[in-house]
Amino acid sequence: MGYFRSKNIAIFLVIIGIYFAVDWLLEEGIITKFQQVNLMLLGINVILATSLNLIVGFTGQLALGHAGFMAIGAYVATIFTVKLGQPFALALAVGSLAAALAGVLIGLPTLRLRGDYLAIATLGFGEIIRGLAVNIEYVGGAAGIMGIPRLTTWPWLYAMTVLTVVAIKNFINSTHGRACLAVRENEIAAEAMGINTTYYKVLAFTLGAFFGGLAGGLYAHYFYLIQPSTFSFLRSFDILVMVVLGGMGSLTGSVIAAAAITLVNALLQDLALLRMVIYAALLVAVMIFRPQGLMGNKELTLNILRPRGGADRGIVGD
Amino acid sequence: MRSLRSIFFLAVTLLLLAFVSSCGQAQQSQGSGGQGGEQQGGTIKVGLNLELSGAVATYGTNIKNGILLALEEINAAGGVLGMKLEPVVLDNASKAEEAMSVASKLVEQGVVAILGPATTGATKACIPVAMDNQVPLISPSATALDVTYDPQAKKVRDFIFRTCFTDPPQAIVAAEFAFNELGVKKAAILYDNGNDYSKGLYRVFKEEFTKLGGEIVAEGSFSENDQDFRPLLTRASQAGAELIYVPAYYGQVGKIIAQARELDIQVPMMGADGWDSPELVNLAGGADNLKDTYFTNHYSPADPSEKVRAFVQAYKAKYNAEPDAFAALGYETAYMLADAIKRAGKADPVAIKDALAATKDFEGITGRLSMDANHNPVKEVSIIAIVDGKQTLKAKKMAPEVKVD
Amino acid sequence: MAELVQQLINGLTLGGIYALIALGYTMVYGIIQLINFAHGDILMVAAYVAFFAITVLKVGVVPALVLAVVFCALLGVAIERIAYKPLRQAPRLAALITAIGVSLFLENGGLWLLGTDFRSFPPGTVNNYTYTLLGGTVRITSMQLLILALTLLVMVILQYIVHYTKVGKAMRAVAYDKEAAALMGINVDSVVSVTFALGSAFAAVAGVLWGLYYNTVHPLMGLMPGLKAFVAAVIGGIGIIPGAMAGGFFLGIIEALVSGYGSSELRDPVVFILLILVLLFRPAGLLGKDTVEKV
Repeated sequence: MGYFRSKNIAIFLVIIGIYFAVDWLLEEGIITKFQQVNLMLLGINVILATSLNLIVGFTGQLALGHAGFMAIGAYVATIFTVKLGQPFALALAVGSLAAALAGVLIGLPTLRLRGDYLAIATLGFGEIIRGLAVNIEYVGGAAGIMGIPRLTTWPWLYAMTVLTVVAIKNFINSTHGRACLAVRENEIAAEAMGINTTYYKVLAFTLGAFFGGLAGGLYAHYFYLIQPSTFSFLRSFDILVMVVLGGMGSLTGSVIAAAAITLVNALLQDLALLRMVIYAALLVAVMIFRPQGLMGNKELTLNILRPRGGADRGIVGD
Repeated sequence: MRSLRSIFFLAVTLLLLAFVSSCGQAQQSQGSGGQGGEQQGGTIKVGLNLELSGAVATYGTNIKNGILLALEEINAAGGVLGMKLEPVVLDNASKAEEAMSVASKLVEQGVVAILGPATTGATKACIPVAMDNQVPLISPSATALDVTYDPQAKKVRDFIFRTCFTDPPQAIVAAEFAFNELGVKKAAILYDNGNDYSKGLYRVFKEEFTKLGGEIVAEGSFSENDQDFRPLLTRASQAGAELIYVPAYYGQVGKIIAQARELDIQVPMMGADGWDSPELVNLAGGADNLKDTYFTNHYSPADPSEKVRAFVQAYKAKYNAEPDAFAALGYETAYMLADAIKRAGKADPVAIKDALAATKDFEGITGRLSMDANHNPVKEVSIIAIVDGKQTLKAKKMAPEVKVD
Repeated sequence: MAELVQQLINGLTLGGIYALIALGYTMVYGIIQLINFAHGDILMVAAYVAFFAITVLKVGVVPALVLAVVFCALLGVAIERIAYKPLRQAPRLAALITAIGVSLFLENGGLWLLGTDFRSFPPGTVNNYTYTLLGGTVRITSMQLLILALTLLVMVILQYIVHYTKVGKAMRAVAYDKEAAALMGINVDSVVSVTFALGSAFAAVAGVLWGLYYNTVHPLMGLMPGLKAFVAAVIGGIGIIPGAMAGGFFLGIIEALVSGYGSSELRDPVVFILLILVLLFRPAGLLGKDTVEKV
């Protein structure tokens, strides 16, 4: 596994290339303000979807409280920049860590639960966070906090999005990640093989919460205000939809689904109610005809460019 | 495997195409917007950024109806500056981030002003877009003080306006009315804690009523999805309240009144503009239950003035429904904008902003209206009594000017 | 004392409606292990059917209720056939997302077709009498009594169906082991359909009662009751019919007490904290039996 194999270098170059290309388009004003808003939303959705995919898709733990972690990241980061006057980088880091800490605290007791019980417990947790935000006057109660400086710029957003995707990909390909996959495939068998299932479940949960919090911090510092109603269970559903639509256990699937949903949403704004009706109908249709999601658990790799590319290389590419 | 891959390829290509075409679309419409301004008898684009789906779709939809009716009338009467006003209606799904996205899209489509969003939260998210792009934004119904006034910089937000009252004037007028004219000394307040509008009214009413010498004997809060107010009402009644002030929206108010009367609590109830809906009678369980109820409002459909009667008639004819406060405010907002464009003399956002700020004695359906220094409209508050299930205009009182700290 | 009794009565009424909705959740979950998020929206459809029956067709409350029940039972079966049946062998999450999709479809389709306004039944749709107890300090209305009576009645009917009829036996068999039931000659598809029909019918009863009790009909009205009823089902022990009942009443009373004595913005957090506590200490619910996870 040389780090400097031509393929890794190629990926690296593509990532850098995209950055400068978009940066140039922004500078030249070819990407309009409206597209910029949605570009930011896209990045944030990618972070949310990939981090939830780590919990749901790769570790097999059905969590419905991702908006709760996003809320913690958003609120803590905002307190650090707006109330305490700390730099953005520190605020993002503390916000993400606070979300991760919440992930540990929630994960330790609730991850004993299985399947749907975990789902409803995490949903309850998300609603508790929102309820707390409404009741705490320091963070503005139901009105939330407004006037948050716009510190989430394209370089920050892109760097954080790439960081999230790369970190999660590397985690999955590591020993720990394989252990998480084993937990998903068969918890009892994994335990029999000497894997500490609780440890790996909490680890995945914490890591997912960390990046969920990061997305929250980025969100708060682009959209000017945060309020509890932004982080309701419906947002958790939205994120879960991206994960399942893209394919559980496929990072590239999450990225594609997050991008597709953001774009479709932005393009159909003039349809008003019909947009949501179409969205719901499409969601049902996709699930019926492709229950494993667009990508299943496959990844979109560079192999696709090779017409005679080798056989399927397993779950997470190579 | 092959077919699978070709599907992926197709999906990715489609996505890219969608993105590229969206770039093209935006530029195209920008172009046409510019041309429209040059053409003789062209159009002036007006953006509507409203909650047409999601949690508060009710408000956005009624505001949209009011605005579209007004624009139709204005255009039928020859438009403004010889040009027609063309609405561009986009849905923000009752979400803050979508409201920002919609505001940006409207700016790119070359609108001269953005009308909406309806709620304070979504409006706040659009403030940076309006300020950065120098396009005036008028919210028909965002009542929080810090929407038009920046408490940090201690100055008005140049491009942000509203058509509705802020919270304090209504509550002050209501407290005075309750204490002086209804002779109430002990009051209870029930308010929606998930809603700044309701919380703001609660705070000011409490302050003003206590200042006048009255006593608040019970207070209770509920949240958006509550259905059962019997516990709160039971508490208020047992504390000996002579009046219950309920600054909330009619959906909840109707239930509260019905449940109060059901519990045999017959004291007067009072509220604010959120009460205004033809549905209130049904929701409250009939006209009998609405005996001794009052609310403050922006206007009264029972106002004998010709403008109001014409509006109510036209609205009924077009939508087959009674206009509520949101519809009236939407209608008012569109006329106020048209008036400002006329006075500005050109369809230029910055000139329109200046004209809006200089609005003085504008005769609308909600009364004679002037913009104060903080872009809050100064106008009369109507006090409405519900008699036999019908709104009657009880009094009109000039609202006190709002001080900001 | 009087206030406590009053709050308990209010809580019981609310709990009765929760229990009715929770029954449908629990039955569907027991048979196909699906959290049917669209269940709450069936309630909304029922309320609208009754609303239009009363205002447009000018029928009485009872025919409107029957119409709503029949319509929703058919709707429930149709949803199952179209959206859930193709996914019975698919990953459970796919079915869950489909349920969310159906829920969004009903809500937004409702907003689109029926408008965004709050509607209410014309005054005098039901004659509401108020009875006073404890020397006039506690009130109970005929509507509240009706809700409690109907809830108990539905519960008894359901227990009878499940335990003493052939289709009930088949339902229990399918819930226990789908494959074995199929091998025994039970038509699993029709049993699932019957379950959806019954569950949706109960939700329809709840929806009409909800609409009459609170006198409001709105396309998003099913969202919160649906979620709460699901919480009630889990607290009581999902898949257990008396559990749904117990959970519903428990939740209704807790909500009334928290809003009455605490503050209502603490109500939802308290409910969810209780839910998590119940899950942690009695994962199978208050009335659930601890079962060993099958390998």
